[in-house]
Amino acid sequence: MNFILSIIVSSLAVVILVLIPWIGVGALDLKVIFGVLVPYAAMATFFVGIVVRVIDWGRSPVPFRIPTTAGQQWSFPWIKSSPIDNPKGTLGVVVRMIFEVLLFRSLFRNTRLEYRRASDGTPSVNYEWEKWLWLAALVFHYSFFVIFLRHFRFFMEPVPGFVKLLESLDGFMQMGVLPLNGFGLPGVYLTDMLLMLAVTYLFLRRLYVSQTRYISLPADYFPLFLILGLGFTGILMRYFIRVDITAVKQLAVGLFKFNPTVPDGIGVIFYIHLFLISALIAYFPFSKLMHFAGIFLSPTRNLSNNSRFKRHINPWNYPVKVHTYEEYEDDFREAMVEAGIPVEKES
Amino acid sequence: MAKVTTPKPKELSNIEHSPPLMKGWMNTPAEIRPGIYCYASKPKNLEVLGMPYPKEWNPEDDDWKLPENWKEIIEKGFKDRLDRFRSFKLFMDICVRCGACADKCHFFIGSGDPKNMPVLRAELIRSVYRKKFTKGGKIFGKFAGARELTEDVLKEWWYYLYQCTECRRCSVFCPYGIDTAEVTIIGRELTNLLGLNIDWIAAPAANCFRTGNHLGIQPHAYKDMLDFFVDEIEDVTGVRVDYSLNRKGAEILFVTPSGDVFADPGTYTAMGYLMLFHYLQSQGLDITWSTYASEGGNFGYFTSHETAKRLNAKMYAEAKRLGVKYIIGGECGHMWRVLNQYMDTFNGPADFLEEPVSPITGTKFENAKSTKMIHLVEFTADLIKHNKLKLDPSRNDHLKVTLHDSCNTARGMGFLEEPRYVINSVCNNFYEMPPNTIREQTFCCGSGAGLNAGEDMELRMRGGLPRANAVRHVNEKYGVNMLACICAIDRAALPTLMDYWVPEVQVTGVHEMVANALVLEGEKERTTDLRGNPLAGMEEEEDV
Ligand code: SF4
Ligand code: SF4
Repeated sequence: MNFILSIIVSSLAVVILVLIPWIGVGALDLKVIFGVLVPYAAMATFFVGIVVRVIDWGRSPVPFRIPTTAGQQWSFPWIKSSPIDNPKGTLGVVVRMIFEVLLFRSLFRNTRLEYRRASDGTPSVNYEWEKWLWLAALVFHYSFFVIFLRHFRFFMEPVPGFVKLLESLDGFMQMGVLPLNGFGLPGVYLTDMLLMLAVTYLFLRRLYVSQTRYISLPADYFPLFLILGLGFTGILMRYFIRVDITAVKQLAVGLFKFNPTVPDGIGVIFYIHLFLISALIAYFPFSKLMHFAGIFLSPTRNLSNNSRFKRHINPWNYPVKVHTYEEYEDDFREAMVEAGIPVEKES
Repeated sequence: MAKVTTPKPKELSNIEHSPPLMKGWMNTPAEIRPGIYCYASKPKNLEVLGMPYPKEWNPEDDDWKLPENWKEIIEKGFKDRLDRFRSFKLFMDICVRCGACADKCHFFIGSGDPKNMPVLRAELIRSVYRKKFTKGGKIFGKFAGARELTEDVLKEWWYYLYQCTECRRCSVFCPYGIDTAEVTIIGRELTNLLGLNIDWIAAPAANCFRTGNHLGIQPHAYKDMLDFFVDEIEDVTGVRVDYSLNRKGAEILFVTPSGDVFADPGTYTAMGYLMLFHYLQSQGLDITWSTYASEGGNFGYFTSHETAKRLNAKMYAEAKRLGVKYIIGGECGHMWRVLNQYMDTFNGPADFLEEPVSPITGTKFENAKSTKMIHLVEFTADLIKHNKLKLDPSRNDHLKVTLHDSCNTARGMGFLEEPRYVINSVCNNFYEMPPNTIREQTFCCGSGAGLNAGEDMELRMRGGLPRANAVRHVNEKYGVNMLACICAIDRAALPTLMDYWVPEVQVTGVHEMVANALVLEGEKERTTDLRGNPLAGMEEEEDV
């Protein structure tokens, strides 16, 4: 499968996911199904799916300590060790994990290969600065997170304080900057734009870096397109196709309180948005998106490098056949005696 | 088999790093090419270890003589390993194909073969995993990145699993810590279920099982070699050093890779060990070598976890038999990865040993409290720190030295500063290679994990290119002429690599330089180093 086919397949899938609620609500008026049943089913799949998945991972033991040591081990007091990149105990591991999860530390190390060959054929291998992937990944995840939190304005009545705070921080451009006070863009959230930018970058990067283009599967394009669709419908709703916010909130609060109601007057665009997020979270446990849970279990990152001073047990350790010293001496006794090497039995 | 010629450096450096545009990798079967693959395992070597399906076979033949039910065997083996290794299961599931690891592998850099990108190496296995073990893969097939296990796929696995040196460089960069080395290790276990090893691994492993070491040196020959070193040392220093073999009641057992004893330039490192031990005798060092545990390295580790455990068992067994207090290990890479990450779990607890304490400085090696095995370079660093060695670093003035961190000790242990400390204490001219080619980002020699055969020379020269490139950099900039390392595979593999890419540079173990600098009691004035090369300022005298 080449990249064109992959892109066609995955974008088609997203188009279908848009059409389903469009027809379902727009033409068939199945509001209860798309407003209540689908979101609940998706959420159930999401939570149950993740739990099942994590338990399944957890069922496989970690027989050996295999942390990737990315710094100096702990040895003598006069040698400075790297307590985070080569942790000796739990504290170091916790810090290492925090760095990984919150700051994508390993990805921050990224460089780009720059291979040149002089006219006489002499090769030169160099590594160039490349933090864009790290930056885009960080921006993408944090924007998504903030947008998710902002959505609590729809789920909760009254709107919690942290949401208001986030909104005002996120929307600082509305207020503009002196001397353009009041001329800022109306109601634009920074994270909306950042998210769309980052996802677009991540998509384009897959295409223009020849290596990622080669390794990308439809399963890599699909979530990107889905999230683009999600952002796009969200932005449409907010700036262009206004929906009845009061009604939306009524539905959302109902869902949140397990007391669903389906008010009238919500545009189809909302149902499309809702369906796309449902699709995303239902797809989540079955996909590479599980990396968010997987990172916490990753044995090369969440173990300390202490196996020389703390014994670890492999739960499935079993006895193996070895070649004992006695067998060895039986093989070579004569030669050993002749060479004057001590033996257990002289003959 | 036709004789394979390795392309010249100028031709070989013509490398294209952009994969084909339109043809996807799943539709591109592996072309098994001479110069890249290692010869197949010989049946007799598999038999020694009791490995399944020993047979004569040739990777270039169509028929690999697979057992009838080979798919079942692989499927069952796969399932077993998913249930046994969380690493494996997780790494099958969470890769997002971000490509951060793609251009970090020395084999990709040196070959441009897209299937040498770590992510794709792992995808070769993952694609089959999806088909067999995930719903999405079963339903959506290729669209979900899944594919059937066919003979072609198996051959592709084999070809690329034995083009990975398990160096873990990729895992340093992966945002989820996915370690393609771990996938390779387990993938190789699967190939071994069908008798598909390479002989460069199977033969040393079999030798090690029977004779105690990879090279198959029998006890009397081992002793001969050590005696030969004693003579050589006497020629250079005028001092006849003392050593013991298989001696019961010694305080410490010394285990080192057999490569040190039998292959240049490792032999000079072995002489270094002998001289150091002799020097310390008067200060109370009581140490013995062993012919039964005459191998520090572990080619079993390149076969399967089980084989690794079987070979590793000898160290503790011998320590127990001889009644020593603890073990010191020589300079080796994968040996130390096994000792650090696996040994205690494999074959511990070593409750018949004591926590290591240096008999000379009294330093407790707390970081080896449980395995009771310390690294000789740790031991030496501690001696130097306590001023227990009389050193004349000017005797290494003819050398301009850089250090190659071996992958295993760097990324599987974090053994970075100790060798630097020792080198800086025994020589005056030390220069580092560029930062993204050393320490945790070190580049492999290109020949690790059992790939240092002769027939895959092209692969080795390709894989070693990034390392050689960094060496050339310091050679041109500072005139570096000596590449130091703490790994026996490096000492065997790097000289060839240097000859090919940077012929001005030679290779040494750290203890060879220690021994050059070490002032032995009663020694004559030294005019040459252990290799017989004149010391700086002594060139004249040599000529007459
Ligand atoms: S860096 Fe990790 S997640 Fe990214 S492609 Fe490589 S293995 Fe996959
Ligand atoms: S472990 Fe080393 S050789 Fe293997 S894929 Fe990763 S970088 Fe390449």
